[in-house]
Amino acid sequence: MKTETKIKKSGLGARASRRISNTIVYIILIAITLVWLFPFFGIVLESFKVNTTAMDGELFPEVWGFDNYIRLFKETDFLKWFRNTAIMGVATAVFQTFFVLSMSYTLSRLRFKARKPLMNLMLILGMFPGFLTMILIYKVFSELGLTMEMAPVGLIIVYCASSGMGYYISKGFFDTIPKTLDEAARVDGATRMQVFYKVIMPLSGSIVIYTILMGFMAPWGDFMLASYIIHENSAGMSVAVGMYEWLSRTMVNSNYTMFCAAGVIVAIPVTTVFLCLQKYYVEGVTGGAVKG
Amino acid sequence: MKKLTDLEYLKLSKFQAFWYNIKMFICAIPSWLKKLFMGIVNFFVKCGTAVKDEFVDIFTTFTKGNWAVKTSFFIFGFGNMYYGQFLRGLLFLLFEVVFFGYMFVPSGGLHWLGKGNWFQIGKTVGTVQGSFQYDMIYDTDVWVPGDDSVKVMLYGLLTIIFIFAFIYTWRLQVKQCRICMDITAKGKRVKSGKDDLKSLIDDQFHKTLLALPVTGIALFTVLPIIYMVLVAFTSYDAAHDGYSNLFSWVGLEHFNELLDFGNGGLGLAFGEILSWTLMWSFFATFTNYFLGMFVAIMINKKGIRLKKFWRTALVMTIAIPQFVSLLYVSKLFDSSGIIGELLGQIPFIKEYLTTNHYISLWDSPTVAKVLVIVINIWVGIPYVMLQATGILMNIPQDLYESSRVDGANTIQQYTKITLPYMLFVTGPSLLTSFVNNLNNFNVIYLLSGGNPLNTEIGTAGGVSVGHTDLLITWLYKMALGSADSEYYMASVIGIVIFLVCAILSLIIYNVIPSTKNEEDFQ
Repeated sequence: MKTETKIKKSGLGARASRRISNTIVYIILIAITLVWLFPFFGIVLESFKVNTTAMDGELFPEVWGFDNYIRLFKETDFLKWFRNTAIMGVATAVFQTFFVLSMSYTLSRLRFKARKPLMNLMLILGMFPGFLTMILIYKVFSELGLTMEMAPVGLIIVYCASSGMGYYISKGFFDTIPKTLDEAARVDGATRMQVFYKVIMPLSGSIVIYTILMGFMAPWGDFMLASYIIHENSAGMSVAVGMYEWLSRTMVNSNYTMFCAAGVIVAIPVTTVFLCLQKYYVEGVTGGAVKG
Repeated sequence: MKKLTDLEYLKLSKFQAFWYNIKMFICAIPSWLKKLFMGIVNFFVKCGTAVKDEFVDIFTTFTKGNWAVKTSFFIFGFGNMYYGQFLRGLLFLLFEVVFFGYMFVPSGGLHWLGKGNWFQIGKTVGTVQGSFQYDMIYDTDVWVPGDDSVKVMLYGLLTIIFIFAFIYTWRLQVKQCRICMDITAKGKRVKSGKDDLKSLIDDQFHKTLLALPVTGIALFTVLPIIYMVLVAFTSYDAAHDGYSNLFSWVGLEHFNELLDFGNGGLGLAFGEILSWTLMWSFFATFTNYFLGMFVAIMINKKGIRLKKFWRTALVMTIAIPQFVSLLYVSKLFDSSGIIGELLGQIPFIKEYLTTNHYISLWDSPTVAKVLVIVINIWVGIPYVMLQATGILMNIPQDLYESSRVDGANTIQQYTKITLPYMLFVTGPSLLTSFVNNLNNFNVIYLLSGGNPLNTEIGTAGGVSVGHTDLLITWLYKMALGSADSEYYMASVIGIVIFLVCAILSLIIYNVIPSTKNEEDFQ
């Protein structure tokens, strides 16, 4: 505190230089914000273009209208894709949360012989590209009828089954809860299960929400696994795979503005959910970073 | 090289210390190899003694055990039931019945195991080749299916795993049986089935929690990965898909092909893609890291208002599904996209494009590479910014204040306090993001699709290779099942990616200062 008052007393020079540096920072920040938000405004404006369906190199539409949105719902399977993805999002959020929390809680707070070997095994498995597993999984799923139009079910299994391997961030969180809480509860005669859902879970709201959020977002952003399991069957597509087709070389000129309209519709719910729960996301990311 | 003492080490500047670490790392390699070699030898010796101990133990169990213990060598769980552990006993017995049932029924375990010709180079996986044969009823050739190599290998693999599980379970129940005998001999009570069930929510609670996640990982990660590693030693491709044509064991042929720089080898394509992958990963990680930190510092600067607004604006890129934003941005830079068209009108860019007969910016290898890195900055900064914000708030403020009294300016504060602190805390996560970038499928595939095509290489591994292809997108294209997909090469690439990640992790963990200067900021 003392030093600060000293500096303030040292004269106008410091204050003026701070004002100048702040102005520069403001200018840079405004520029950055513009660059970052530009694509989103661009995509919204593009979606209202009526005069063209292709890229025309203009930012603002010449004629405004909702034609793209109307076409989207009338002529395409978009609604079906949207429904598929939403179902996948909710299911993945539920199951993945269960898997990740069980795994991370166990590794963080319970001690057993296989703990270290299990963690090392998962570390090593994580170095293989996950996509490699898809060749076999696709073969098996197509035998079981879990590809093509049933792809959403297959994809939910794919997203959730191995999700225990992504335990790092929530384990980092559980590590920060003091062990004495467990011990106190144990002394009072609680079983380990009671410790889990009566003592630790009530304290872990933020990490639970973070895990749910990540699970919900996963199917919206995934292209690689989804495109492989869906195998170009329109009925089973997720939005990512379906809309990717529209920008292929042959289709881009007739579907570009419609892609933007669909993009807006996809972005609205996901972005709203995300921005509402932003706080928990930030907690997760920063917590994970500090833990390493 | 001479090892410095702690005091000498602390005298070094950051740069010298880093250089010292690298040198020490390289000097340490021979001793490592020695350690590794000794480790392997020790491992085998240990395994040997462990196996010997096991056999001795099994033998003494058999000779010293009573008739119940002896019986349970052949009938699973008999001993458990004899000592009153009916639940365990029944489960063991059930396992044995299922195992023998599966192994010996027609087209059961032994059937699949026998068909595999395991690791016999030149022999097919599966023995009966499907073919067209004349059919009297239809009066034409019809397809008579033979073996399906994919299935033969999968069931064979499962059977092998089952056999190991059988041996393990056999050993487990014999051991338990003996423990029961010892406990009873001391006059104590053995655990009943009720106790077992109770312990699942208490002392053995980890088993309850891990049952599902670990089963999931075993079935959907471990099993497929073992399977794909096996595929790398076969000739599984679109032409030999196992059903219409059996595939066969080829040994290390494909690994040789990958490293063959001559005609017909993939060496050239592999070298080019690997070096671009590493380069991409390096630039993507470090541009994001430093710029993201820079942005975080600006937002957190004293006197800057609307902090939350700036942050939210950046976080939008995380919130919006990547395929929407990335596909849109990639089109922005296309020849008729808004930015692409604007840039195309700048004289020297226009000249560059026309002289090389490029239509859009994406057609030029160099520009495409720069573009994906630049656009990745747009994607990646928000993540780093969020991480950095959390850490910046943890830096003790008095460090800054005392440095200001000593006359340090902002830049000095950044290089002497902020940067070292950040590097120290985020060192390990920097490694994670480097490895993630190696496999950053979305950014590359959605932005450039791996294009522009590399005309010098043409096709490699059955697919056309582009200048911006990473190992992972190359793998994806191979696995996609086009007319001449080479699944075996996809597996080889997967193994290579694993090796690259493993080696990098090993090196970086040994060089970064976090492990050495642990006391610096505490």
